[in-house]
Amino acid sequence: MSLLEMRDISKVYQMGTEKVYALRDVSLDIQEGEFVAVIGPSGSGKSTLMNLIGCLDAPSTGSYKLDGVYVSEMSGNQQATVRNQKIGFIFQDFNLLPKLTALENVELPLLYRNTSQGERRERALEALNKVGLGDRYKHRPTELSGGQQQRVAIARALAGEPPILLADEPIGNLDSRSGREVTELIHRLHEQGHTIILITHNQTQAEEARRKIAIYDGSITSDEKVVRE
Amino acid sequence: MNVFQALKMGFSGILSNKLRSILTMLGIIIGVAAVIVLVSLATGTTQSITDRISSMGTNLLTVNIRGRGNEGSLTEEELNRWREKDGIQYLAPVMNASLEVKAGTNSSNANLIGSNDDYLMMNSLNLDYGRSLADMDLFARTHVALIGSEIAETLYEGDDPLGKNIKLRGNNFTVIGVLESAGSSMFGSNDTRVIIPFTTAQRLEQQARINQVSIGVSTAEQVAEIKAYLEGELLDKYGSSDYFSIFDQTELLSTLEETTAMLAILVGCIAGISLLVGGIGIMNIMLVSVTERTREIGIRKAIGAKRRDILSQFLIESIVISCVGGLIGVGAGVGITKAAGALVASLSGNVSFNVVTIAFGFSVAIGVVFGVYPANKAAGLNPIDALRYQ
Repeated sequence: MSLLEMRDISKVYQMGTEKVYALRDVSLDIQEGEFVAVIGPSGSGKSTLMNLIGCLDAPSTGSYKLDGVYVSEMSGNQQATVRNQKIGFIFQDFNLLPKLTALENVELPLLYRNTSQGERRERALEALNKVGLGDRYKHRPTELSGGQQQRVAIARALAGEPPILLADEPIGNLDSRSGREVTELIHRLHEQGHTIILITHNQTQAEEARRKIAIYDGSITSDEKVVRE
Repeated sequence: MNVFQALKMGFSGILSNKLRSILTMLGIIIGVAAVIVLVSLATGTTQSITDRISSMGTNLLTVNIRGRGNEGSLTEEELNRWREKDGIQYLAPVMNASLEVKAGTNSSNANLIGSNDDYLMMNSLNLDYGRSLADMDLFARTHVALIGSEIAETLYEGDDPLGKNIKLRGNNFTVIGVLESAGSSMFGSNDTRVIIPFTTAQRLEQQARINQVSIGVSTAEQVAEIKAYLEGELLDKYGSSDYFSIFDQTELLSTLEETTAMLAILVGCIAGISLLVGGIGIMNIMLVSVTERTREIGIRKAIGAKRRDILSQFLIESIVISCVGGLIGVGAGVGITKAAGALVASLSGNVSFNVVTIAFGFSVAIGVVFGVYPANKAAGLNPIDALRYQ
């Protein structure tokens, strides 16, 4: 059974009298433990695909089954629960809450899960240790470098132990050295068995994944294994 | 998310923008304090006035005669006849005047009252020391006087005034008694009274007429009956109610109480409007806060916050602002009321539990009512749009 199973997914926006297809009949299967890159130029529909995978948006037609449950027909609150438990988001601009410490940021997904304070803290610290920032847990995002902020964001995504990590241009806002660090971290996570979906427009970055899905004009144009030299 | 977490989040939201939160709270603080102070002062002052009036005796009737010559005034015979009437306990002809009282080189302004011993009984005036007016004093028109404590202090500065002479319009009067202090009222000090026999006052003021008679009725139930009796008597004598009036203390009291109760409600409502304005302030600032924190809301939603989580976060923030503001307002209101009561003699603050509860409850309700719309707005945001918000 696939971890993620999309069948004939379309997303249509009504622009005045015209219907615009952001996605058209996309079908996609992702297995547990895969490292998939979704690549496409801006406007290709990859952001829409990411929003759908991440349960931030609902498809116009088609069915989406995630970890054994159909999420395409869920209510907003049920989708929130799915986001909380099944998806770990890693955003381009980190999206940390500036007024909270690194630890509190990492605790957030657990907070919305009614985890006890002790366990929350323990798991958040564990996640921070995983990304190598165990000693920075008291720092606020503004006191951390861009690379460190992104690692805190990754720790937040890990804290809830979701089956899928969904990374949207995770190194798009980082300098090359920090970008390298974050990329290595993502690789390490993959090796540890996490399922990772990486959304990017950068060809070289996409080559880092094990599977590359190209998307153009709302449709998947190629879906291939990355061959390593 | 449990309540404790939500509360913690609400507090941190408030603390992260202290000045703004304090200014918002100020609206509630002023509103709650205004309600408490104004209502408390209105009811307290009413209470002190009514207390003073009832301490004068609620079974009191006052007959006033007006607009007739000497032959039209009341006579001793009539008063004696009334004294016999069952239900009339006290009866005192009264003459009032304002004059200067002197003793040696000291002088003071005094309220001269010509009356008899019944007057003291009816008005609950007690003697500190000395003796009261006797029938003999009235019969013989003796030049004796009872003086208020303030007069005694001004004229004799701590010396014993008994047996000493005071001068009223150049006539010597012997002090036979000093009244207990009765404090002050809205109408000024009660301790500047000089009471002399009614008959002596008639001479002193060259006024033979009996124009005012105070009557103390035995029991409150008999007041109406005695009033009707007196009305009958006076109508027989004058043929028209134009020439006399009978003043009923209880009637005055109930009218006064009604009026001031209305006043307290009115004043409370006006103060309540400021509380309402404070509530609009909360709503305004919460709406700004929701807009400012759109991205935060987006992040929280992406991470898995439900509608209810966001709603409670913002609602608790506005409720905390209004609760804390309300509590400070209660403190300020009670403090100001006490201070005003202590500093201004004619004001008296009566902070009732009800007023405090209503004002505080109202402020909390305002936090809820005016917090719901912004909180709902925040909870209803689309996570994708909220995440993209710059």
